[in-house]
Amino acid sequence: MNWQAISVIYKSEMLRTWNTLLQSIASPVISTCLYFVVFGSAIGSRIETVGAVNGEGGVSYGAFIVPGLMMLSLLTQSISNASFGIYFPKFTGTIYELLSAPISFFEVVLGYVGAAATKSFIIGVIILLTAGFFVDLKIAHPFWMMGFFILTCITFSLFGFIIGIWADSFEKLQLIPLLVITPLVFLGGSFYTIDMLPPLWQKISLFNPVLYLISGFRWSFFEVSDVGHELSLAIVILFLTLCMGIVWWMFKTGYKLRQ
Amino acid sequence: MQPIVSIKNLCKTYKSGHQALKNINLDIQDGEIIALLGPNGAGKTTLISAICGIISTTSGSVTVNGYDTVKQYRKTRGLIGLVPQELTLGAFEKVQSTMAFSRGLFGKKPNTAYLEQLLKDLSLWEKRDAALMMLSGGMKRRVLIGKALAHEPRVLFLDEPTAGVDVELRKDMWKLVSKLRDSGVTIILTTHYIEEAEEIADRVGVINNGELLLVEDKAHLMDKLGRKQLCIELRQSVSEIPDSLSSYQLELSDSGTHLTYTYDVKSTRTGITSLLQAVNAAGLQLKDLQTSQSSLEEIFVNLVSEDQAQ
Repeated sequence: MNWQAISVIYKSEMLRTWNTLLQSIASPVISTCLYFVVFGSAIGSRIETVGAVNGEGGVSYGAFIVPGLMMLSLLTQSISNASFGIYFPKFTGTIYELLSAPISFFEVVLGYVGAAATKSFIIGVIILLTAGFFVDLKIAHPFWMMGFFILTCITFSLFGFIIGIWADSFEKLQLIPLLVITPLVFLGGSFYTIDMLPPLWQKISLFNPVLYLISGFRWSFFEVSDVGHELSLAIVILFLTLCMGIVWWMFKTGYKLRQ
Repeated sequence: MQPIVSIKNLCKTYKSGHQALKNINLDIQDGEIIALLGPNGAGKTTLISAICGIISTTSGSVTVNGYDTVKQYRKTRGLIGLVPQELTLGAFEKVQSTMAFSRGLFGKKPNTAYLEQLLKDLSLWEKRDAALMMLSGGMKRRVLIGKALAHEPRVLFLDEPTAGVDVELRKDMWKLVSKLRDSGVTIILTTHYIEEAEEIADRVGVINNGELLLVEDKAHLMDKLGRKQLCIELRQSVSEIPDSLSSYQLELSDSGTHLTYTYDVKSTRTGITSLLQAVNAAGLQLKDLQTSQSSLEEIFVNLVSEDQAQ
């Protein structure tokens, strides 16, 4: 293993975060706070509880949206950080150095995806701590929560890495996060449970992979979920494996990397 | 002696169908400087990119120090440093940190003393904390060389290293190349400047349309293909070359005062003595004589135009 290479890529990517602290960390945290104010306080105060059975139990709407908001940030930030991380060397032409270095695809992935996932993890932690100021939070299954948290950061950083290799313009770089990921997160139960939807839309929602992520993550907080948490975990691992396979194929064939 | 770089039957055809490299065979010896000359689009950069692993090849093989560049890429890439043709650098990184990054990327542990010396050798020490985007073109070129040397490679590829740099910096680069050669680094450079190849290379390769037309020792090449010209200045101008001199295939200048005779340096009989006697017999009076040898540039132009004519 070329540990030196992994280390310099990781450090250089993390350095970019600290150099652009406002854009990298403050911006997503502020956006999330605004969601809490609007959905949690203004609108949420008019909704009683979610997930109550026979009028008992359930969680306040403000707390209910915390896992969804965290997922919204984790997904968008993971994709954004990782895709930009690998796209920028392609854009400036400095990718030649990576391609001519004695480094395997796995080491490249560890450096870039590791850094992107770390940044997303930090943002997630800040959002979680911030949420504590707005709502009364409890985490029913902390290990499951950390498992979903870390796996999501890694999986979607890998997905972002794929987008960064695939994209050949800044427009394409934004295309999938804007047109695919954001709608899937919003329609994946970030702000509601699917049983609030009409039956047809409930069935359609089951085809949204993000629903499984949010549902599993929310279960680890409140034991409230749309689908079983084991199924959620299986879906995340499946997507992680798929992304890893695609990245391996990209490096093996040189897709959009080597002519 | 095993060559440090050995290229066997290397071909590269792009998806568009363009055949960029056609059956290239080349052995490069340890410690030599070889210059690859060729017009734009000849395949020079493609050849370098194929050796360094930046592009995939269609067929053939390349070994560096006996290791295959595909199967044993970790070993071969660690031995190679590449200075690309374009000024491809980030924007916000600092000079010193970008060089440290390159060293790490090639698996070498940090070595502050080595990088400091390298920065000083490249006259970059004063600029070590400057952001890359703040540097001039010449400085950026130096940084690229520094990045390529940061991991102490045994083979250095310089893809048009002095393109667009001023004369002073070009000469500095030549000095640096000589210094690197003295330290045992093998250097493969592509260039448009014949003067550059003439100045620093041990061997010269001419590449055109993806084919390696020849690779020769520089001095041998000039000796083999170089032609000399004898310029005869006449006291009085003539309107045409006398018939008695037609066998010498002389060229008459527009002013009618200069006759140019081209002869082969390899030939034991150059024909100069008989020509001068014939000039005298034709009643022409000599004012002055001058000889000149064709440069590498003329050799190169001739080779490429002959290749294009075929």
